[in-house]
Amino acid sequence: MPIMKNVAGFICAVLVASFATASLAQEPIKVGAFLSITGGASFLGDPQAKTLKLYVDKINASGGVLGRKLQLITYDSQGDARQAVTFVRRLIEDDKVDFIIGGSTTGETMAVVPMVESAGLPFFSMAGASVVVEPPKKWVFKTPGSDRMAVDRIFGDMAKRGLKNVGLIAGSGGFDQSCRAEAKGLTGRHGITLVADETYAPTDTDMTPQFTRINGAKAQAILSCGFGAATVITVRNYKQLGLSAPFYFTHGVASQQFVDGSGGAAEGVRVTVSAILVADDLPADDKQRDVVMSYAKEYKAAFNERPSAFGGFAYDALQMTIAAIKRAGAMDKAKVRDEIEKTKDFVGIDGVFNLSAADHMGLTAEAFKLTEIKGGEWKLLQ
Amino acid sequence: MSDLAQFLFSGLTRGSIYGLVGIGFALIYRSSHVINFAQGEFVMVGGMATVFLLAAGLPLPVAALGAIIVATLIGIAVQVLVIQRMRKPSTLSIIIVTVGVSMLLRGGAEALLGRQFFSMKGFSGDAPIPFLGAKLTPQSLWIFAGLILTTVAMSLFFRRTMLGKSILATSSNRLAARLVGIDVSLVLAICFALSAALGALAGLLTTPVTLTQYDVGIALGMKGFCAAILGGLTNPFGAVVGGLILGFAEALSGGYISSAYQDAVAFILIIGMLLVRPNGLFAGPAADRV
Repeated sequence: MPIMKNVAGFICAVLVASFATASLAQEPIKVGAFLSITGGASFLGDPQAKTLKLYVDKINASGGVLGRKLQLITYDSQGDARQAVTFVRRLIEDDKVDFIIGGSTTGETMAVVPMVESAGLPFFSMAGASVVVEPPKKWVFKTPGSDRMAVDRIFGDMAKRGLKNVGLIAGSGGFDQSCRAEAKGLTGRHGITLVADETYAPTDTDMTPQFTRINGAKAQAILSCGFGAATVITVRNYKQLGLSAPFYFTHGVASQQFVDGSGGAAEGVRVTVSAILVADDLPADDKQRDVVMSYAKEYKAAFNERPSAFGGFAYDALQMTIAAIKRAGAMDKAKVRDEIEKTKDFVGIDGVFNLSAADHMGLTAEAFKLTEIKGGEWKLLQ
Repeated sequence: MSDLAQFLFSGLTRGSIYGLVGIGFALIYRSSHVINFAQGEFVMVGGMATVFLLAAGLPLPVAALGAIIVATLIGIAVQVLVIQRMRKPSTLSIIIVTVGVSMLLRGGAEALLGRQFFSMKGFSGDAPIPFLGAKLTPQSLWIFAGLILTTVAMSLFFRRTMLGKSILATSSNRLAARLVGIDVSLVLAICFALSAALGALAGLLTTPVTLTQYDVGIALGMKGFCAAILGGLTNPFGAVVGGLILGFAEALSGGYISSAYQDAVAFILIIGMLLVRPNGLFAGPAADRV
């Protein structure tokens, strides 16, 4: 019975076609991510991967965006720029993602910028350095505050206390040297003179010669640019020599390990930190308070570990993009890009964002909170 | 004047650390003509084990002893499970195996303990001692004392004990040593155990100053290796002097020239010394292996 066969075939075709259109309407919005989940920068990428997973699941559980679910595709680039290039190519060409969040480090980010620019899709980086958005690139945005803002905040505080002669001590690594370069560039703005400029290797075991020189140069305040174990040694050596010039650190040391490791030597040290570290201290009228508190609570509940500012970078990137998609009314890459650029007064973990065509980060120095370590705790300075 | 004293104290602290790590290199080299590139990792294991045993509530002496035992067992395991099983253990292939062991220990520590750094308090507190217008931490004295005691103990061990002499005999002629009844593989196992124990001792003494992290062994191992080379590898006493020279060179060049170039100055000094004395400062004549 050939006719019957044809009818059956027709019915089948209709059914398949209707399923296809139904699944087209349901097709998820694809979120691409490449993060340093393992390797040297895993302290950045690990909380970022966890944060993205947590909030993509939460958004999907509450119905998704514009009726579409989110599909998260994550690759581990291990802090390696070459792997980042491979994975971003895969995200764009094979996975056909709608937007990308990633690049835990500056190196990975800068390596993929040309590819993202030519493919034309929104890209939120979580890299620290200012070079990511200066000059602004059409499709590239970033969420972390830069070290320039941190140094700006610190110099502002020094100037307010009348401390004009500043000694600088920095590691020889990339993060440290970037901060050091910003410090040299910002002196004029606050009427500060750098009277000493000392360096140490990240593997150094004793920095007392550097502090002896800083002390000899009659520095009224000291700024340290660095992170990791070396900063604990610097603060201990500072204490060992009994120096009295106030000591400032940037957000590189904003971890409990720094306070615990320094064994009391960090008392009185001032540090610029992300709001999340002082969530409980934030005054009730602080715009960020609610956002930071709820992120901290949800992250802790999901992973049973302290939330960090680094995970917050991913939170802000995801939420800002989702908000832009909603405003655009559809997942149209160009429209979403335009909407991200128009983001105003977005209250995130990392600060209050006001983006523009000229500023693809949108934070001011106020995004960093200045704290003093008292009794082993971070105390917010008003 | 007090600046100079401060620079010298800094040099003493650094130099003692480098020397203490360097002794372990010299010990293995002396007995087997192998450079043990896992020596830095034994330092890390010693520091880590002490930190964790202290955190478990043990008193310091017990934790220190426990850390040395842990490292020693790892050292024996390396010899018994890896090096002894090699078909043709040439010096070069053993050296390459130690590189592999160092990666294994580093990766194991990373997987087990994470990437963050760990710290412990100084043995006699952290209050600095004022001296000659400069300040010294008590832990620096502990490290220096550990260095001196280790050197003396090693020297007595090699001169006065049968085991020490067997090690020297194995070193100078393995076949002859076997012929006179020395169990060569036992001697090598003891050497690895001993150098692991020395590494752990270095680790637990220096951790209050340097802190510890899964990869701390790379940097400390490199500096300790330089100290041993400078002193002439075969001579543990040489490693001590080499370490101190390196430490003082770094501290003084950091203090008087520029902290940005302190490592460069120290390494230029090493190259210069090796040009004058290619076998190191305290090595015997190079002909002893013929």
